[in-house]
Amino acid sequence: MYVAVKGGEAAISNAHRLLADRRRGDRSLPSITIDQVAEQLGLAVDRVMAEASLYDRSLAALAVRQSRGDLIEAIFLLRAYRTTLPRFGSSVPLDTAEMQVERRVSATYKDLPGGQLLGPTFDYTHRLLDPSLLSDEAVEEPARRNAGDEQIMRVSDILAHEGLIEADGELPQDHQAGDLTREPMEFPMSRDLRLQALARGDEGFLLALGYSTQRGYGRNHPFVGEIRIGEVEVEMDVPELGFAVSLGHIRVTECQMVNQFKGSSKAPPQFTRGYGLVFGQSERKSMSMSLVDRALRAEELGEDITAPAQDEEFVISHSDNVQATGFVEHLKLPHYVDFQAELAMVRRMRADIEGARDGETEMKDAAE
Amino acid sequence: MSANTHVFTGGFSDPVFQSQSVFRMLMDGMARPGSVHAVEHDAGQPDPLGTAAGAIALTLCDHDTPVWLSAGFSKSSVGEWMGFHSGASLTREKAEARFAFVEAGAALSSFGLFSPGTQEYPDRSTTLVIEVAALGEGQSFTLSGPGILQSKSVEITGLPEAFLRLWADNRPLFPRGVDVILTAGRSFLCLPRTTKIVA
Amino acid sequence: MSADLATYNFAYLDEQTKRMIRRAILKAIAIPGYQVPFASREMPMPYGWGTGGVQVTASIIGPEDVLKVIDQGADDTTNAVSIRAFFQKVADVAVTTHTKDATIIQTRHRIPEQKLTEGQVLVYQVPIPEPLRFLEPRETETRKMHALEEYGLMHVKLYEDIAINGRISKTYAYPVKVDGRYVMDPSPTPKFDNPKMHMSDALQLFGAGREKRIYAVPPHTEVVSLDFEDYPFEIQTFEQDCALCGAHGVYLDEVVLDDKGGRMFVCSDTDHCEDRREHGHVGAMLAPNQEAAE
Repeated sequence: MYVAVKGGEAAISNAHRLLADRRRGDRSLPSITIDQVAEQLGLAVDRVMAEASLYDRSLAALAVRQSRGDLIEAIFLLRAYRTTLPRFGSSVPLDTAEMQVERRVSATYKDLPGGQLLGPTFDYTHRLLDPSLLSDEAVEEPARRNAGDEQIMRVSDILAHEGLIEADGELPQDHQAGDLTREPMEFPMSRDLRLQALARGDEGFLLALGYSTQRGYGRNHPFVGEIRIGEVEVEMDVPELGFAVSLGHIRVTECQMVNQFKGSSKAPPQFTRGYGLVFGQSERKSMSMSLVDRALRAEELGEDITAPAQDEEFVISHSDNVQATGFVEHLKLPHYVDFQAELAMVRRMRADIEGARDGETEMKDAAE
Repeated sequence: MSANTHVFTGGFSDPVFQSQSVFRMLMDGMARPGSVHAVEHDAGQPDPLGTAAGAIALTLCDHDTPVWLSAGFSKSSVGEWMGFHSGASLTREKAEARFAFVEAGAALSSFGLFSPGTQEYPDRSTTLVIEVAALGEGQSFTLSGPGILQSKSVEITGLPEAFLRLWADNRPLFPRGVDVILTAGRSFLCLPRTTKIVA
Repeated sequence: MSADLATYNFAYLDEQTKRMIRRAILKAIAIPGYQVPFASREMPMPYGWGTGGVQVTASIIGPEDVLKVIDQGADDTTNAVSIRAFFQKVADVAVTTHTKDATIIQTRHRIPEQKLTEGQVLVYQVPIPEPLRFLEPRETETRKMHALEEYGLMHVKLYEDIAINGRISKTYAYPVKVDGRYVMDPSPTPKFDNPKMHMSDALQLFGAGREKRIYAVPPHTEVVSLDFEDYPFEIQTFEQDCALCGAHGVYLDEVVLDDKGGRMFVCSDTDHCEDRREHGHVGAMLAPNQEAAE
């Protein structure tokens, strides 16, 4: 006997209870703390902050814990929280030349003022599983240099001295940086909005697109001018005070990609640039972002649009992993009403064909 | 009370629920053109702004919606009041205005300078809020179009003289065009661009 | 970190967001069938799971409303239960399963069987609002097509379908023309429901959160399903009656009973079915055993 399914509410609440149980796991093990996540899974926390567009290590760590380590779920949690926050204003543009640099590498110069600083990188680690991490062995204190107050010159500034690289674009005087979390999206986009979309775009998607440009799908001859990671000051103009006040420091990763040059009979050739800036430490993301940013400038720089990474509407419409995961996963919601409509149509079309076939056979029989 | 302090008084006493209530009337009004609604909550707006017009401003306007005011409103503290309570900035450019407020009896020469939106984005058009002497009494007009079963008759006193001609010019622009809300004290009715009006 | 992370406004959305959505709704009503872009917010539920409908409902709902939420026609499907619970939590609003008692009905994939009335608002959850999307994936192109009222491609596509399949094989999300101007996606409702949109007494609002679009059909507005003179639009018909309430001419769900091909058909609209049974209608499955009675 068929009984219409009831009690959805109880089913949902039981599912949530089971989820909480699985999240906690074996009760004989100590529960992981938010501080532990923030300290020891710091790069996961960084990714969540970057793609959620919210700089808050504790909340991002909470989201990682709550999502059982599913980072897209964690990004989603943090974004849904972000959307409820009041907006007080926009900061002054970050000055990355003033960064307290922890890591800084350039692929375009052997040595340069400020030097190459490897910092905390996986580069040159041999990817051998480390048995010492099976237990809680003491970890050496890091070697430290005297940071001093000296500013570490940006490679783009070095190239700019000779006019070898395109300048930062000029925006109209009254231009206010756009915000795609507050305005409906419209194509073509201005570069500020596009960079915002890329900065919160899915790391894996941008990685694949950046990779595709290297393999010839929209090649743009990139050199890593510079990657720098460190803390920068965030300031906000307060009109009532007439000056900017500091809101604190955040850690960011910046990538300046130096790309194929461009010139004309009027303008001497100059290198072009692709730009990447993300919260926290994420070289992969900032490098991918700068490759895709450069690829998306194809039209502006008079290049043919031939590859997916150069197609703004395609890239930006599909770069958001919270949107993508929602829509892909919505396919598991019930669709049986539409499926019923399709079922009836397929049955009817099959019946038509079988009817026609039977008709043919009858005619043949009659003729015989 | 000086004119200046008047700017800071008023506003909705319960913004969340009062703006919801006014919006529902607006939504119903747009969906059923010509239906007359009455605003219950007084927003303490300065003269010569009417109660309904004031409530509509507080419900729909904010810093994303530049507002244009007719000459009579411009001379009063209406602009400052709207700015203080809604955050909306005033504009002298009709084409920039998302909302335009017109006082009773003001001469209307054209809708042409207000934004009708574009063929691609017809929603980017001005909504005009025009004060008239009375709704539900006076000259009778017959309305038809989406939202109206066959036809509907409405009575309006003090509709600007040129209105029917301007409206007739607005209709063929569709999907572009301005939308109008007629207000009279507490009462208002909506005329979306799809509505046909016959005297 | 504060234990109390956030206090939410009535109906979750902040007032500025509601104003922005409300303005979009008014323009949508003024331009029937046109998709108004809006700055859709990140909601605490996944994109594709009704964020557009939820934002529309949250922007219109007030303390005097009575809300009904259905998915696939049913009040008890899990996502409908979840959305209803969300509004009970953030807006403390009265809810119902009775179509006739609701002032706002949020739906996914169905229009209730019972005729809607003046004063009711039907809010559709929409995954892909663009009816031309399956012909042309680019927003920049489809926007031009709507602007120029250039819908020839849509007719070509439907006609190709007839050439290949002998009929228009589109069974749901069947495109309609609203008030003689805009071609509109009715959301993935079965085309069985299309005629209910035509000259409805209720206001119909459509919210697409991920795609950031709101559109509307005012009451008493023409909604015509696209077709051809020689291939007129036709809806699905069911040979069976509802096994529970005996209803005929309603949309039915096929329920598989065993692995030997046994199946039954029951009303997709659960409220309609329950209401009929309360009024004494009985379907074959619930009828007293006839053999025993004889």
